[in-house]
Amino acid sequence: MQTKLSITALSKSFASPDARKVLDNINLEVAAGEFVSLIGPSGSGKSTLLHIVSGVDEPTSGTIAIGSGSGSGSGSAAGRLGASGYVMQRPLLLPWKTVRENIMLGPVLRHHPAAAAAREAERLLKDFGLDAYAGAYPATLSGGMAQRVALLRTIMAGKDFLLLDEPFGALDALTRQTMQLWLLDAWSRFGSTVVCVTHDIREAILLSDKVYVLNGRPATIVSGVEIDLPRPRRREHLARREIVLLEKKLEDLLIQEEPS
Amino acid sequence: MMPKFLRRLLPPLVVVAAIVAVWQLVVTAWHISGQILPSPLAIATALGHYPDVIVSATWQTLFEAVAGLAIATALGVATALLLDSSAALRRALYPLLITSQTIPIIALAPLLLIWLGFGLAPKLIVVVLYCFFPVAVAMAHGLASVDPEHINLFRTMRASYWQTLRLLKIPAALPAFFSGLKIAVTYSLTAAIVGEYTGAYSGLGVLIQSSANAHAVPLVFAVIFVTSCLSLALFLAVLGAERLATPWNRRPQ
Repeated sequence: MQTKLSITALSKSFASPDARKVLDNINLEVAAGEFVSLIGPSGSGKSTLLHIVSGVDEPTSGTIAIGSGSGSGSGSAAGRLGASGYVMQRPLLLPWKTVRENIMLGPVLRHHPAAAAAREAERLLKDFGLDAYAGAYPATLSGGMAQRVALLRTIMAGKDFLLLDEPFGALDALTRQTMQLWLLDAWSRFGSTVVCVTHDIREAILLSDKVYVLNGRPATIVSGVEIDLPRPRRREHLARREIVLLEKKLEDLLIQEEPS
Repeated sequence: MMPKFLRRLLPPLVVVAAIVAVWQLVVTAWHISGQILPSPLAIATALGHYPDVIVSATWQTLFEAVAGLAIATALGVATALLLDSSAALRRALYPLLITSQTIPIIALAPLLLIWLGFGLAPKLIVVVLYCFFPVAVAMAHGLASVDPEHINLFRTMRASYWQTLRLLKIPAALPAFFSGLKIAVTYSLTAAIVGEYTGAYSGLGVLIQSSANAHAVPLVFAVIFVTSCLSLALFLAVLGAERLATPWNRRPQ
């Protein structure tokens, strides 16, 4: 299997104000098409790690390679920019653009022909049942709808590699559950590679092929487990005995490592 | 739509009508001299007496105000974009921009007269000096307060400097820009009249001064009334432009 993301011996310290080291010796491999979750308590540097992978931040030491060794997207932070699509906790839609225009942002920025982009946008909106909202401004959307549009925008930007930073963190519990299944559906259609950061253990288990636990100060990967569940995933899977045990084990890992 | 608009307009109109009525009554009942406080009726009569003079003066002043405002807006936006383009420039220029406001512009008007004479230029400059600052500061603030996560989003999409400016920063700054423009537009007419006070051949400022010198007090009031109406019209024009330019900001009905 092809490797999509390879992180080796990555460390990150913030220069100011106290030279705090947040990430220490992170090693991570993600295969193409895999759905991987990183869980950890808040403040454990999960978001910092995604920032570095996306290229908006630099590691203090260590290497990051994106793609199958062709050199694409590896090296400097600037080189990684554009190699992944980033979905943050807030949908960050442009309020002055309609839903349709928002999801066309990627093609517009890359000077793609507008007509073709518009056609693809219509198709995506229809496929995901959002066509009724195509002409609406983001201010009129619910939180869940807005986050769906944000995900479609990232997919439209031609991303086969998605970084999700607590994408459902701002949503209520019910919307969250609907969105998790919606995300899995989208993921299976596009075959993207996903690295998802969350602090919700059940969410991580439901979505992922592999779950890594990030903990400690500075944070490092303390454990990694494969989720042995069939796809497509269903919520009932979470009730299986071995999954309940796994959830308990991961919870212990998160809490035990918390500094007292 | 229309009834709602009327419902909002009605209360202030009633108040204005009441004030005008009381004013008329007081002046008539106490036989106040038209040279001190003319009645609304006398002001209306004065307005009707000199339509040519008032209309030509209005055009002159309106032109100065609108042209000056346009120049000030262009300069203000350009300055804000310049400040936004580099942190070093911002640190160097922003304090100067603020400090420039400590200069009393009204005191510069006579100097401008000495340098540039009685023509259009000194009036335009006074209007520009008054209107530039609110536009520049509001626009600079708008550009600086773009959500940093949006900036990061554009970076991860490999947007260029100009793309980020055109598709993110300028639209995000538009509401702030219009706040500044609304302040500037109310300054613009007053500034044009101040410019005319110092020395001019025509305009509403000249008309106010000459009618005051001739003790034509009703005409002074008439010109003040015209100026207010004009100011209101300019403000409403900016409001309309804002609605057209920022349709997403319109509250859902």
